[in-house]
Amino acid sequence: MKPAAAAYALAPTRTGRVLRHAGVLYILALVALPLLAVLWFGVADGIDTLRHIAGSSTARAALWLTLWTSTLVGVLNVLFGTATAWVLVRYPIPGKSTVSALLDLPLAIPTLVAGVMLAILYGPTSVLGHEFVLLGMPIIFAQPGIVLALLFVTVPFVVRAVEPVLSEIDLGEEEAAKTLGASPLQIFRTVYLPAIAPAALSSGIRSLGRALGEFGSVVVVAGNIPMRTLTAPVFILGEIESGAPRMAAAMSVVLLAMALALHGLAHVIEGKLGALHD
Amino acid sequence: MTDLTLSSATALPTKAQAAQKLVRERLGQRALVAVVGLYLAVVLGAPLVAMVCELAQLGAGDALLSLLRPNALAALRMSLVLSALSVVINSVVGVVLALAIVRHRFALRGVVNALADLPLAVSPVMVGLAFLLLFGRDGWFGTALDRFDIKIVFGFGGLLLGTLFVALPYTVREVAYVLEELGTSEEEAAATLGASPTQIFWRVTLPNIRFALGYGVLMTLARSMGEFGAVLVLGGSIAGQTQTATTFIHDAIEERATNSAYGMAVVLALFSIGALLSLEWAKKRRKVTR
Repeated sequence: MKPAAAAYALAPTRTGRVLRHAGVLYILALVALPLLAVLWFGVADGIDTLRHIAGSSTARAALWLTLWTSTLVGVLNVLFGTATAWVLVRYPIPGKSTVSALLDLPLAIPTLVAGVMLAILYGPTSVLGHEFVLLGMPIIFAQPGIVLALLFVTVPFVVRAVEPVLSEIDLGEEEAAKTLGASPLQIFRTVYLPAIAPAALSSGIRSLGRALGEFGSVVVVAGNIPMRTLTAPVFILGEIESGAPRMAAAMSVVLLAMALALHGLAHVIEGKLGALHD
Repeated sequence: MTDLTLSSATALPTKAQAAQKLVRERLGQRALVAVVGLYLAVVLGAPLVAMVCELAQLGAGDALLSLLRPNALAALRMSLVLSALSVVINSVVGVVLALAIVRHRFALRGVVNALADLPLAVSPVMVGLAFLLLFGRDGWFGTALDRFDIKIVFGFGGLLLGTLFVALPYTVREVAYVLEELGTSEEEAAATLGASPTQIFWRVTLPNIRFALGYGVLMTLARSMGEFGAVLVLGGSIAGQTQTATTFIHDAIEERATNSAYGMAVVLALFSIGALLSLEWAKKRRKVTR
């Protein structure tokens, strides 16, 4: 990748190599070792691990709840994230920089605080929360609250990924398509969609992966009622607290496998995106 | 493409049709802006506004005064100490690892690169569990730690390990990205001019990555202050001892001490907004330097 001359002039010194070894040891001890422990405890019983999860109706329900809410959030992120990026890049709207800064807020704000905000807004004692309860559709301590919490923490993913791709597209292409008589829908499908689809898709998948593990905001908002609003990460906490580390490790392994598969998939799609750009 | 040319040749739009089309496009734009605005207002805006309103109702003074109690102060101090340590350690490790990943070629390079991203894919609760399985009573090193009377779980060490784990990727990623973009030409020039590797690092490499490093530091700070799942599991949230700002909020909610919960939540929110504003600034500067 790097020219040979560079490797020669900047060949790693002894200090450089020692520092590198220290860094590698650090990351192996801090990241790899703990994960090995989880894998060890999680799959020590082999296939029984999955049987543990499949055998417990609470675990099954928690996993299913996490899966469908995260998938829904991933899909919503792709749709609305792309639309948001479009509006931010293409339209001259007032207060654009404020909106842009606001979009980064979920990256900086503790997810627990995000949960507290939602609890204030829709809690049973708030005006809005009371209205929703009267409507027969409570938000807090119910599934809509989980979806809202996951949306809050994953809002920036797709917007931030699609924005740069959109702003790189040559407006001339759109003009050309327009003069050739293409309808706006045709222009979107032929000019924009091929360019932004990989970015939107991969970041949507990453937001799904992020949502699978979300804990802080959900634990406040969901109420954690087994079979109804107990998500997989909160289930893990419950198992740890009730002294069942094997069950917790088993569920962790399932979640980790899914998250890694999703991130791998996103990585592959991003690779395709790079290929398209070159 | 050919059928497009044909259709435009056979039916050139009249002036009225063109005007109508423009109106339709404008309407479409407005509708899209409205939809996006509504969406962002529901998902992001409303919760933020709700928090500000609630605070105004409670009285910001009361909420903040409730934070002057010893437990709250201890929790806040614990979070600050953990974040400061996390920033220092992750900055050093981040720069070393980024340099290793981008500039060095070694056997474990791919593994290290993947491991540096891994904390982003892991649920914080699972991080807590992982260290519990290593250092807890029945963990791999549990008995060894017991013998030497070292307390990691439910102690400061556990809190620090959890925080270091979740905040690891930010500096590495930012610095590695910029190093990759920069290339090696400036460093090579310095080397040809006779600069030692140490001089090259302090005079060329570090100034070039300073905004990326600053960005990484701010993200590390925000992430460390806000970490909840891992420190809840590892610290057990013992008031006055292993309670952090986030676990303090959690406990206050469970005890229905809304004043202290909201007060601390506001402190954390203000802190992250401060970090965010600096982040926006660093982002702009980072673009300028490139």
